[in-house]
Amino acid sequence: MHGSWKGRDVISILDFSRDDLDALYYLADKYLEKIQNATPLRTLEGFVISLAFFEPSTRTRMSFETAAKRLGAGVIGFTAAAGTSLEKGESYADTIRMLDGYSDLIVLRHKYEGAARFAAEIAKHPVVNGGDGKQHHPTQAFIDLYTIRRLKERLEGLNIGVLGDLRYGRAANSFILGTALYRTNTLYLISPPQLRMRDETRIILEDLGVRFYETESLEDVVSDLDVLYVTRIQKERFPDLSEYEKVKGSYRVTRRLLETRAKPDLIVMHPLPRVDEISYDVDDTRYQAYFKQAYYGVPVRMAVLSLVLGKEG
Amino acid sequence: MVEKHLLVSRIEKGTVIDHIPAGRALAVLKLLGITGREGYRVALVMNVESGRLGKKDIVKIEGVYVDEEHAKKIALVAPEATLNRIENYVVVSKKKLEPPEELEGTLTCTNPTCITRKPREPVTPRFYRVRGKKLRYQCIYCSTIISEEEIVRQLAGEHV
Ligand SMILES: [Zn+2]
Repeated sequence: MHGSWKGRDVISILDFSRDDLDALYYLADKYLEKIQNATPLRTLEGFVISLAFFEPSTRTRMSFETAAKRLGAGVIGFTAAAGTSLEKGESYADTIRMLDGYSDLIVLRHKYEGAARFAAEIAKHPVVNGGDGKQHHPTQAFIDLYTIRRLKERLEGLNIGVLGDLRYGRAANSFILGTALYRTNTLYLISPPQLRMRDETRIILEDLGVRFYETESLEDVVSDLDVLYVTRIQKERFPDLSEYEKVKGSYRVTRRLLETRAKPDLIVMHPLPRVDEISYDVDDTRYQAYFKQAYYGVPVRMAVLSLVLGKEG
Repeated sequence: MVEKHLLVSRIEKGTVIDHIPAGRALAVLKLLGITGREGYRVALVMNVESGRLGKKDIVKIEGVYVDEEHAKKIALVAPEATLNRIENYVVVSKKKLEPPEELEGTLTCTNPTCITRKPREPVTPRFYRVRGKKLRYQCIYCSTIISEEEIVRQLAGEHV
């Protein structure tokens, strides 16, 4: 039934069908239960997984590492420290060849877009993209969709808002593409004009017939939403800091905004880490879904690893 | 058609490239490697009226035939062009150019953080054609879309 995952590279969410994702959610549910019951698993015993983080990451790397270890796999790898470069000596291609020789699967993150696809061309073993530049972060999108499915019990017919940096943020981009696989009612894309989604994403939404609405104002649309996906707006994206200071307040999600404007069953998501785009007073409201979303990271990544290695169970 | 004949005399043998977008005749010549110093008789007709394109350019070159490789490149700057082979003053074959669905190595990705731009990596830029009226290609690695203007700039240079 899950044959279509075995041996596959996980580069972009667009490479997956809804059937593929159903198989993934099914298995993630199973792993979630095992985690909650503290049942040790030996599903991937004897396998070695490479975690190659050419760009620093704490959350994603630890989540993959936990997923691998919970399945009994061994883990090797490295994380580039902030500001340092692994690229001085060896070429990227050679590093991938080395990891391919040592391990059964490579998870990687890199600041260059397309790094994962290129690695997949070189490596004989499957490659899982843990984030390439501003482009794709497919496992994050799997987690995001899984979270909605668990908390809303459906993925279709929802009004979904995506807030923040839709241009350079890979999590937002992958999430937008992920929602496009489902019959979302309306997709609200909320960002300052300079951080609107890129043309390549727009073309895909148009091709898939997704109804989307671009706006600069969260306040105007928040009352329509069933899901609000928040991402960070980075100062560095603004050539003029005063521009940033002007807009940053209007993209802040607060308890007051939600309690006065939002549907009572709205869920607020965030790929984390957050800075100040969601105020802390939202944390203990019924809207908060980002901690659950983070918690689902491990079972979903367990499902990805075991499906790709063809050893689910 | 009459107008064209008024402007430029017919050639005995060689190539007529018709339906070039207005202003791109020089780009086409550049792709053919023709500078004028080779001694070929070359006629350029620029900005003539054309039903299909509004205005168009035409290039006629005496004694030169265009091979597949060059035709492929010309299609990228003149996607609607026709290539006419002339023998004894008559058109003996006519070929409508069609930009390829995939490109390998012909263009450079414009995204500076695309893996194909990373120095010293053994990776060749590859592109798929994007559906739609305008000619556009998309990088298979980083998804960046290359516009028709950018394609012309890369293949024929800024000055065209
Ligand atoms: Zn590219």
